[in-house]
Amino acid sequence: MKSDSRLEKVLTAGKFAVTAELGPPQNADPEAIKKKAVGWASAHQVGGASPTLRSCVDGANITDNQTAIVRMSSIAAAAIAISCGVEPVVQMVCRDRNRIAMQSDILGAAALGVKNLLCLSGDHQKFGNHPQAANVFDIDSVQLIAMVKKMRDEKRFLCGDPIKEHEPRLFIGAVENPFADPFEYRVLRLAKKVEAGADFIQTQCVFDVEKFARWMGLVVAEGLHKKVHILAGLTPVRSHKALVYMKNEVAGMSIPDELIKRMESAGEPKEEGVKICLEMIEQVRNIEGVAGIHLMPIGWESITPVILERAGLLPRPEV
Amino acid sequence: MIVADRKPLEEILNSIKDYKKIMLAGCGGCVTICFSGGAKAVELLASQIKMAGKKEGRDIEIVECTPERQCEYEFIDELKKDLGSVDAVLSIACGVGVQAMSQRHPDTITIPGLNTKFMGYPIEHALWDERCAGCGDCVLEWTGGICPIARCAKKLLNGPCGGSANGKCEVDKDTDCAWQLIYDRLKKLGKLDNLKKIREPKDWRMSTNAGQRRIKFEEAML
Repeated sequence: MKSDSRLEKVLTAGKFAVTAELGPPQNADPEAIKKKAVGWASAHQVGGASPTLRSCVDGANITDNQTAIVRMSSIAAAAIAISCGVEPVVQMVCRDRNRIAMQSDILGAAALGVKNLLCLSGDHQKFGNHPQAANVFDIDSVQLIAMVKKMRDEKRFLCGDPIKEHEPRLFIGAVENPFADPFEYRVLRLAKKVEAGADFIQTQCVFDVEKFARWMGLVVAEGLHKKVHILAGLTPVRSHKALVYMKNEVAGMSIPDELIKRMESAGEPKEEGVKICLEMIEQVRNIEGVAGIHLMPIGWESITPVILERAGLLPRPEV
Repeated sequence: MIVADRKPLEEILNSIKDYKKIMLAGCGGCVTICFSGGAKAVELLASQIKMAGKKEGRDIEIVECTPERQCEYEFIDELKKDLGSVDAVLSIACGVGVQAMSQRHPDTITIPGLNTKFMGYPIEHALWDERCAGCGDCVLEWTGGICPIARCAKKLLNGPCGGSANGKCEVDKDTDCAWQLIYDRLKKLGKLDNLKKIREPKDWRMSTNAGQRRIKFEEAML
């Protein structure tokens, strides 16, 4: 085992893994995290004389100032989630910190009990609430992955100085967007992330299952699915408007028109959104090389346990 | 070349509001090519300033000049003879020219009339694009001659981010994704292997992070 991560244990045991996004608040209220985390943990009590709480996900992704909007620090929010029995996947972006601050935060996160770290470039600040900010990008996401691996496996900082003891034992995650361009290069870039040290991959939201399957075909042809655990990103939506927005405003998204029509003509759009998500879970489960799912219900995190229950993915396995 | 853009007239007028007589100094170098600071730009700005002054009942006197280059002492030394009679210099050279003037003529205030933007070239008539960030450690050898430091909004060295769509950058739909360009060019050249190698973190000491940079050309030292 590379870490003591539950997610690693689930994936290594060959069980279908489940992660989901848990966004920190735009304020300093710890209750905002606790409420969500406790809700997830109590979504299913594991039997026995004295039932114990077990989170409904194997890892809760704590976003790092997602879309460049200031929110509670992902590491602080992760520490709160841990206190509620939810294992966090701390997201770390290259936008806001240089290599010194990142390594410092990696040590701090590990000291607080964080076992999973997801390495990303980060949304450009143009899309956030401080577009005037300077961005950092001292290192990029591939270099961040390699840096975390170096700290964990070689017990060295990026500069080469030794970490004499207590190196951060982290399960290293990365992301890939199968729907961005250049399409063929996306597999090559995934290979780079695997070579750099990624243990698991969470993909951008899959709406276009056909294109995702095509990409997975290339991934499998390269044998990458045997070197890294790939979790398909899924986003349940409540209305067709959300799909239209993503299609028109978010670069690198592929959203089939039939899906928009289906949501638009639905009598109960929320229920339809859940149904579509459940169908997609089934579809991606049957694609070779998919080791799990990553749910990203934007602004609708309470639906996570519902979807997982209805998909038959609860309770999460004993590992 | 260095590409610069004129400051808004209102800002320029405000910056010279305390002066009655100014020298308006252009530059015959890069900013002449990009229309913002050559002899013609000096002539135009001088008349705009005079007209705006007249509207306010001010009579602003302007000495116009456009040295061959404002960034070299030998070309700005000749301006000294006129500096005694003016209250300030309004320079429409790049930031380098403004500083050369300030350094060489320390008794006279030099005010910038341009915003210096970037190093680039005209991709078509009257349209300039940034091409070099002066990072001090050129990577063009393996990127097919396309710079990801100057042209990628995230300065990525290991390929495009997830926001590259239809050849465009997510940050600006009118801007090409540098990594799409790099990919296409290397594919054409049969050099896609260049992109398989993990590129190490950059040494930003070569760039602007270690303070002012200096280049010494030993062979030419006197």
